[in-house]
Amino acid sequence: MSVHQPLGGKLLTTPFIILSFFALIGGVLMLERFIFGLGAVSNLNNGYAWGIWIAIDVVIGTAFGCGGFVMAILIYIFNKGEYHPLIRPAVMASLFGYTLGGTAVMFDLGRYWQIYNVFLPWYGQLNSVMFEVALCVTGYIIVLWIEFTPVFLERLGIVGLRKKLEKFLFIIVAIGVLLPTMHQSSLGTLMVSMGFKLYPLWNTTLLPVIFLITAIIMGYAIVTFEALLSSAGFQRPYDTTILNKISGITWILLLVYLVIRFTDLIMREQLGLVLVGDLNSIMFLLENLFFVIPVVILASRAKRNSPYFLFISAISMLLAASLLRINTYLIGFNPGGGWSYFPSIAEIMVTVGIFSFEIMLYLIFVKTLPVLHRVEA
Amino acid sequence: MAINRRNFLKAATGSALTAIVAEEAQAFSPRETKELPPKAVGMLYDSTLCIGCKACVAACKQANDQPLEILESQQGWNEGAWDSAIDISAKTLNVIKAYTNGEMTQKDREVDGYAFMKRHCLHCVDPSCVSVCPVSAMQKDPITGVVTHNPDACIGCRYCVVGCPFSVPQFDYETPFPQIHKCQFCSHLQAQGKLPACCDVCPTGASLFGDVRELKEEAKRRLGAEEGEVYEFPRGKLGGDRDSHTAQIPKYQKDFYGDTELGGTQVMYLSGVPFDKLGLPTNVPDKSYASISEGIQHTLYKGMIAPLTLLSGLLFMAYRNRKHHDDDEQSPKEDL
Repeated sequence: MSVHQPLGGKLLTTPFIILSFFALIGGVLMLERFIFGLGAVSNLNNGYAWGIWIAIDVVIGTAFGCGGFVMAILIYIFNKGEYHPLIRPAVMASLFGYTLGGTAVMFDLGRYWQIYNVFLPWYGQLNSVMFEVALCVTGYIIVLWIEFTPVFLERLGIVGLRKKLEKFLFIIVAIGVLLPTMHQSSLGTLMVSMGFKLYPLWNTTLLPVIFLITAIIMGYAIVTFEALLSSAGFQRPYDTTILNKISGITWILLLVYLVIRFTDLIMREQLGLVLVGDLNSIMFLLENLFFVIPVVILASRAKRNSPYFLFISAISMLLAASLLRINTYLIGFNPGGGWSYFPSIAEIMVTVGIFSFEIMLYLIFVKTLPVLHRVEA
Repeated sequence: MAINRRNFLKAATGSALTAIVAEEAQAFSPRETKELPPKAVGMLYDSTLCIGCKACVAACKQANDQPLEILESQQGWNEGAWDSAIDISAKTLNVIKAYTNGEMTQKDREVDGYAFMKRHCLHCVDPSCVSVCPVSAMQKDPITGVVTHNPDACIGCRYCVVGCPFSVPQFDYETPFPQIHKCQFCSHLQAQGKLPACCDVCPTGASLFGDVRELKEEAKRRLGAEEGEVYEFPRGKLGGDRDSHTAQIPKYQKDFYGDTELGGTQVMYLSGVPFDKLGLPTNVPDKSYASISEGIQHTLYKGMIAPLTLLSGLLFMAYRNRKHHDDDEQSPKEDL
């Protein structure tokens, strides 16, 4: 008998209906975008050609989807069996984060009907970071669906195929660790070529390292966040023992990250920009404040056992890594020429719609599929 | 045993991480900036010769089949006699802009003066747009160095738009089936042995077509001449058979733009006012931005050795740990 079970319960709850309302608005706006063009719904322009659909839906969205990646490292690469109860929800959240991030790209691409050109060898351009990101993200979406297949097979009671699949799953797991390592760092490298358009606080050749470490931090933070939220929301006991251990790992990662981040600023002689007091410096301070808060909280071993403090730290880490991405892609980016950008209401509503849809899928899946760990009565 | 192994893993991870970061910081050096192609063609735009007539703007529209652009404020009365684009856009590949300061009494003077600027693709020697494009839609001709765009390849990701240091590629946001628009140096006319339209019609030789190496010599000749000296400024094509434009050598900035900036550009500028006043980025390195980002990618993905090594390590670990789970009935092997 499986150690996982569907939660069951009513699907059409009030939060679910509210979420579907937002998702519907996003859908209608998307339709408008495809009929009238990107300019009809967005404030994108030829100075700021990338807006929140890229910075939030894709760059932050996929980083939110790093839970499956980081739990796979822990469980299957470092062989830490005790973390097993968290792998399925983590892989599932990754599945949604990445699938929707990939879908959001389609909304943003100007010539989406030619997207398959990325996969045609005579068009593929090996020097392009975007090319690598496109291939890796596509590959990883496929990997995630395969990783999640046992859950469907278990629900449908197909044992034979499941056993066969599991024989080869270690290959999928290994690829599933390699691909995010590649493209999460490349999402940082993407901005290296911006040159003077990107403010020196964020423009460093270490962007791939910075983005990779923070994606891993975000992965552990989202696993913690979801575990605590689903325990509270569905009245299940907290997995504090496991979360305590995870918080120890993230604490070390945060320290490593901050050392790298500030050493880099000192080496590039840009540390002075931190205290200039303009928007860039304020956003930088805010970003790093949220990195420091969990370092302080999780330094106390007692607080690592408290669902409350774990939750605060997780949110802080998610905010920190999200701000880093918004700062690198939007705030610190200045194309000059008098261009400005602030997302339109419609752009924001599309982003809200996508994230609402993601939560709806989460609710449907945990209630109907064996995702969450069985609770011993 | 377990504790030992955990400590070992911790230590191994920690030292591996430190080593990776140290090594990456070292190894992320830029690749070589690309060389000027053997028969590079380009343009020397001498702002001091430009009289702002915008014949080049009109000729460009005609040669490239681009629509007129009427300013919003002129919608009531401007019926199309005046193409009033104020910057390049999806409808305008080439535009003349004006720098103005204070009283605007003297041409080519920074204070209380004014100057003209022609804005379009600079056909970089090592272009960012070509480097960043995922689908090879941006191409640099290996012989002439002209940077062209192929809409059949383009997926509309707009990486070229954000990545171009001169903000040249223009995306059309107002249509459901958009494409990128940029100056392609009238490649279609050059293929017929003609000049790019803007250089062809320029009455003063402010836009001068030619071999990039020869144009650089011409720029240096002008910079080397005495202020006030009478000079024969070629029209159309450098070394061509058109009448030259006789005028005095003005007071130039001490260098021309495009020789080394960001690895060099095939469209170069001479000016009486500082180049940043004309909207050209001046605080830039001599190496191309493409060389910096490609340096990272080439280091990490050289021969795919690093990713494949990592993958084999991961495969080994995942496989070994899988066996370990199979032997151990107690472990929750059903997971995932």
